[in-house]
Amino acid sequence: MVVAARTASSFKDRVLEILSYVPDPEIPCVSVVDLGIVRDVRDDAVIITPTYTGCPATLAIEADIRAVLDKAGLSALKIETVLTPPWSTDWISAEGREKLRAYGIAPPLRTAPQCPRCGSAHTEELSRFGSTPCKSLHRCLDCREPFDRFKCH
Amino acid sequence: MTKLVGVKENLLFDYACRLGDDSLILGQRLSEWCGHAPMLEVDLSLANVGLDLIGQATHFLALAGEAEGKGRDADALAFRRDVLDFRNCLLVEQPNGDFAQTIARQFLFSNWQELLFRELGTSTNLAIAAIAQKAVKEVAYHARLANEWMVRLGDGTAESHARLASGLDWMWRFSDELFEVDAAIEPLIASGVACDIRKLRPEWDGIVARVLRDATLDLPKPRRATVGGRSGHHSEHLGHLLTEMQFLQRAYPDAKW
Repeated sequence: MVVAARTASSFKDRVLEILSYVPDPEIPCVSVVDLGIVRDVRDDAVIITPTYTGCPATLAIEADIRAVLDKAGLSALKIETVLTPPWSTDWISAEGREKLRAYGIAPPLRTAPQCPRCGSAHTEELSRFGSTPCKSLHRCLDCREPFDRFKCH
Repeated sequence: MTKLVGVKENLLFDYACRLGDDSLILGQRLSEWCGHAPMLEVDLSLANVGLDLIGQATHFLALAGEAEGKGRDADALAFRRDVLDFRNCLLVEQPNGDFAQTIARQFLFSNWQELLFRELGTSTNLAIAAIAQKAVKEVAYHARLANEWMVRLGDGTAESHARLASGLDWMWRFSDELFEVDAAIEPLIASGVACDIRKLRPEWDGIVARVLRDATLDLPKPRRATVGGRSGHHSEHLGHLLTEMQFLQRAYPDAKW
């Protein structure tokens, strides 16, 4: 039993490690694991969840995950999509948040957004929707740079 | 896949089509603004709201296809049904008109849909509950956006106020249909699959009154409700919308890329 459990766990770790190299098609600085899109790995399936209901990247993400699994000899693993519990930005990992910031996108914070370049919290919203459904557009009032913010969701 | 809770499958098919068609048709309407909106912010907003709606439609129509059990998927239902088989409310198929008219439509619809999805989050049909729980967070955003634009245009210039009042006057006649309950829904309400939308009317009326007050607009005069969408009796506008939306699948059936 103990051995079986450890094997299962290491299989999950291996699959997660493989998937951690699958970038988000719209925000390639973070992986589908960083974003919390990959929810679980079972012996027979990878469980994923869409970020926004209408995110056009959903199909591309599934295709990318499929391709990487097939390449790793894991063609038997199915991909299952679940909607509940609904995805939220709380699921973005600490590492994912730091990658977003370094890329120039303010990570989702419950408080006022901070400029990803100079760190100032003195910012204004330019547009509630940005280049993708998950982002809004802001400007730093100190360094004057416009920036994307990953919306709290 | 989805377990039915003591209801005939065709009722669930019909209900899922109503939910899905509302989202699909309004999503298609909003996409008409892409590249034409008055400013970049609005272009992005309307396109993103449209995307959310089309995402909802994909889930609801997939559920409808499963309930029907004849092998039709969401694409088949979206692109291979003719106008009489659509079950959306008349409000969503109304032409965009000017930006103010589009905002008036979105205002009435998104505030209604937010209440609806809040209730459907506890539907006894787990697939409906899952879609509603996910989508309600997005719809709250749509409602906020529409409410803010209502105030901005209504309490803006004489021109924007007049245009919004006119757009609202046109859209208002389709609002009663949103709260209609017919024989096809009664059994679903009884089994907890559908929510009794009539009970949400006072809350919706309150939201509408509050926003209109902030927007310095009068509540439109009561008029005889225009209904029929839920049973396939549509305005002429839906047919024109479908000719564009369905063109590719009609001209090249089963085209894939």
